[in-house]
Parts: sequence; C-alpha cells; structure tokens
Amino acid sequence: MSTAALSLDPRRNLRILFTETRYEFIRLLRTRSFSLSVIGFPVIFYIFFGLIMNRHESIQGVAVARYMLAGYAVFGMVGAALFGIGVGLASELGAGWLELKRASPMPPLAYLLAKCISAMAFGVVIVCLLTLLAVTVGGVALSPLEFARMVGLTVAGVVPFACLGMLLALRVPFSAAPGIANMLYLPMSFLGGLWVPMQFLPHILQKLALFLPTYHLNQLMLGAFGLPGVGSTFSHWSGLLGFTLLMLGLAALAFRSLEQNS
Amino acid sequence: MSLVLEMPEAAATSSLPTAATNTTEATSTIAEPVASLSHIAKRYANGVVALDGLSLTLARGEIVALLGPNGAGKSTAVKLLLGLSAPTAGQVRIFGRDPRDTAARLRTGVMLQVGKSPDMLRVREQIQIFRGYYPAPMAYAEIVRAAGLEGIEERTFGQLSGGQRQRMLFALALAGDPDLLFLDEPTVGLDIEARRAMWATLRSLAARGKTILLTTHYLEEADALAHRIVVVDKGTVVCSGTPTEVKSLGVAAGSAQPSALGLKLIRCVTALGEERLRALPGVVNLALPDGRTDGRTDRLTEGLITLTTARPEAALRELLALDPTLHSLEVASPALEDAFLALTGK
Repeated sequence: MSTAALSLDPRRNLRILFTETRYEFIRLLRTRSFSLSVIGFPVIFYIFFGLIMNRHESIQGVAVARYMLAGYAVFGMVGAALFGIGVGLASELGAGWLELKRASPMPPLAYLLAKCISAMAFGVVIVCLLTLLAVTVGGVALSPLEFARMVGLTVAGVVPFACLGMLLALRVPFSAAPGIANMLYLPMSFLGGLWVPMQFLPHILQKLALFLPTYHLNQLMLGAFGLPGVGSTFSHWSGLLGFTLLMLGLAALAFRSLEQNS
Repeated sequence: MSLVLEMPEAAATSSLPTAATNTTEATSTIAEPVASLSHIAKRYANGVVALDGLSLTLARGEIVALLGPNGAGKSTAVKLLLGLSAPTAGQVRIFGRDPRDTAARLRTGVMLQVGKSPDMLRVREQIQIFRGYYPAPMAYAEIVRAAGLEGIEERTFGQLSGGQRQRMLFALALAGDPDLLFLDEPTVGLDIEARRAMWATLRSLAARGKTILLTTHYLEEADALAHRIVVVDKGTVVCSGTPTEVKSLGVAAGSAQPSALGLKLIRCVTALGEERLRALPGVVNLALPDGRTDGRTDRLTEGLITLTTARPEAALRELLALDPTLHSLEVASPALEDAFLALTGK
C-alpha cells in the first residue's frame, strides 16, 4: 500500500485543487451566460434600486444606498453559488464529464472545493463592484473592517448555497437546471428580504423567512454593517448551519441513489 | 462487410470457442492479470439485472474488444472496472486492487462518451488538467501528436467537431501514460483516416506492454485491432476468442456461400422437440415461441420457432424429412448485426 500514501500526499492534492480552481474560474468567466448575468444583475439592480431610485430615502434612519448594499451583496453571492455550482455541476453531470473525472485519479474533494472556491471568488468580485459603486456614486461610508466583514460573510455564505446547488444538480436534469435554479433564486431573494427590507413584508412572510438561508445571511450582512436587523446573530448562524446540513444530507442521499441506478 | 466476405472458409465449426470459461485460457501464462472481473452479478436498484455471472480477465499488452448489442452489459462492465459502480456479487480487481483505489486509478486511463456540453475550456487546458492528476504524465507534445490534435489545441471543447472531440477525449485517456486503457467506443464519429491513426496508436501502445479494453459496435474495428474479442449479451460472456475464432462462429465449415457470415434464419412451426432441433446441422441458436433459448427438455415445441444455422441447406433437408407436418416455413438471411445477435442468443 505504498502508493496509497501518494493519494494522501497533501502537496499533490493542493496542486490539483489549485489547478481545478483556476480552470473552473476561467471556465465560468468564459461562459458569458453565467458571468454576465451573475455579475450584471446585482450590479444593475443595485444601481436602479439602491442608487438612482429612493435616492434621498432612508430605512430606519439608514440611507437606502447603504442598507441595500447588504441585500444586493447577498443576492449576487447566492446567484454565483447557485448557478456556478448548481447549473455547472448539472451540465457536467449530464454530459458525462463528471463520470470521466470520477474515473480519473482526481481527488473528488478537489473537484467540489474548486467549484465552491470559484463561486466564492465570483461572490467577492460582485461585492467589490457593489462596494465600489456604493462608495463612489452612493456616497456610502464604509470602514475597512465593515468591508472585511462583508467579504468574510460572502465567502462563508457561499457554502449553504453551494450545498443547495449540489442537491439541485443531483436531482434535476441539466435541461431543467437553469429554470429550477431561477425558481429557487428569485423567490428566495424576495422572501428573504434581499430586495425589500423584512420589516416591510407581510407578517406571514416574515415567519416563512425563518426557513430561508437568504434571510439569515442578509440579517448577518446587515449586522456586519452595524445596521438594525431582526433576530440574534446566533439564531442566524444556526439557521445557516441547519440549512447546510440538511442540504448536505439530501445531496448525499441523492448521490447514493444516482450511484445505484447508474 | 467486405472483411467478412474475405473470411477463409477453412475455419472449422468444431473448434467454436463458445464457453465463457475460455476467456482465462489465453492469459493463464501470466501470473497477475492487469484487470479482472470474477463472477460478477450486477443488479440495479430498480431490479434490472445488468450482469449475470460475468468473468473477464485482461492480460498485460493485450487489446480486448468488448462486443455486444445495446443493453448487453458492456458499459456496466466498464463502469465496474472503473470503480464507478459496485457489483452486487463478485470481485473486481485492477492491478490487484480495488478499482476505486487512487493507486489503481493512477495507472489507468479512461475514455468515456461525453455529450455536447458547451464547455469553455481549451483542448490544451483540458490536457494539462488531466496531466496534473498523474505523477508521471505523458509529455504534452507526445499526447497531442498521438491523438492528432495539432492545430486545434487552442479551441474550446464546444468548438470541436464530433471527431475532434473524440480525439481530445482520447488524449485525456493518454494523459497519465497509463498501463491500462479503457476506451468506450473510441472511434465513433471519426473519419476513416483518423480511425486508422487511432488504431495505429493503440497498436503501438499495446506493443509497449499497455493493456487496452475497448467497447465497440464495429466488428471491423474489433477485427482489425483486437487480440481477443469478447462477445457479451444479457450480462454474460457468450463467446470469446481471437477475431478469427469468433468470426468463424458464423462461417459454416463447408458452406458454399459464406455471405453474411453464412448464417440463415429458419422460421417454421414444427412438431419436433428441442433436442432434435438443436441437433440439426450447423445450429448455433434456437429461439422458442416463449422466448426461451436454453431449454434442455425434449418436450414438443408449439408455435413458431427460429433456428439460426450455419448450414441452412443441410438443416432444411433434414428438418423437412423429419417432420412432414412442418408449416409456415420461412428462410431469411440475417444482417451482419443480426448474425451477431444470433450468436449472442437473441
């Protein structure tokens, strides 16, 4: 079993992870339907609803441009995770790439982590663009610490949506994956309070939001800016963790049934 | 077809290598097989039995072609060898290891069918990714030359034609300079020139001691390339041998017309029993009305039977003499594909 040690060689695994991540990022960047819409939508929405309209309005004493930055940062990052991982994985699964990769000596974790890290990178790019707009055009004051917290939350926040994307890819055929991803993405964004502050939504929807990872992430993001939110920080982290574990469990089940039937 | 017509008629039907157990004979001189499937059963969760007691051994430096109709269990067998799927019963070994071991995969190259996904990575990039998986990959330039990818290295997968895609997938299989290659229908979509080039590459790889298992629909390809052909049907090996041996299954010993492998289908309603029918000259297969092909009783058959025989004239002469009540007689030539299906018991 001397060669078994080779597979555990961390340097080899790290090198493969680096290569996979690099090319996954390049692949996503070249896939215009992904890169343009995933970066474009949050930026355009933020320009419209955060910067142009509601210019002199404020939400609970906070300028709209600042308040909405949190929501659209989450919106952008969720899109990167859901479409990058969900749709990307579904297409590679449907076309047979995944099978070829699994039959190769590639460490499977490197493949999944590469997708995850690429989605994080896209999330960070979106957050940087939004912040740049907020600071330059919107006149939002943001401390380096607040920005760092926002980037940190973006990186961590990709994980639950990556798991949701994985489940989606394992359950839904590629042809349906982009449609289903949108069906999850847009309602989840609205109901999670990314576009309209939670307080303005009907009471029943506020209760429903407790089950949505977008809601918890948005509240954490608002908290990172020191903005007033709903619920405790602990409850939001718990909500995200619970959602992540649920998605991982369902994805594991889906993978097993896929393996048994293929 | 032409290859079949050129077949020498000398091949004797008496030496038919029909038994599945023959597969190991050719490899018995080598102590450690490169890869083996032993007494594999594979039943899917939905109850479908894909493999039923299949055994297959690959020896060093040999090219083995896995032939069989769709749904015969070829791809299931390959998936098991790749460790992508686990057998319900039996043992899979690659270089003496579990096929899922990284150590086994590091010595294995794989070419699978990949669909028309608009993949945005370039040929060069894909090859570099796969080279990165292996500790001692084949030199990049050598891969490009062996797979015939000169000039299209900067194209993305989505921009490639069907044949170019096949060649790129072949390049990925070569990337690790593996000792064992699994190729799933490697030459689909290739023009004749590219196909012959790939054959040449495979032959030179085998000459260097690499082992190659390929699945194919083309008898011509198996014939031109393989040292050994293994015909699979209904999840089990129905015959195995050198291309000459396997093809001789279809050629009658003294047949006057060796066309279409010399096989004929005789359909009729007869009162003769199964045992008698099987004893007719040149019979390779008998399909009973209820679809069974393996009965051993001598009870009377009822309804339309289909006999596949390599000596149709002799068989007919005897059949008509034995059963005066025989009716609904029909004699047909099977197509080449059908001839193979007949061999595989359909």
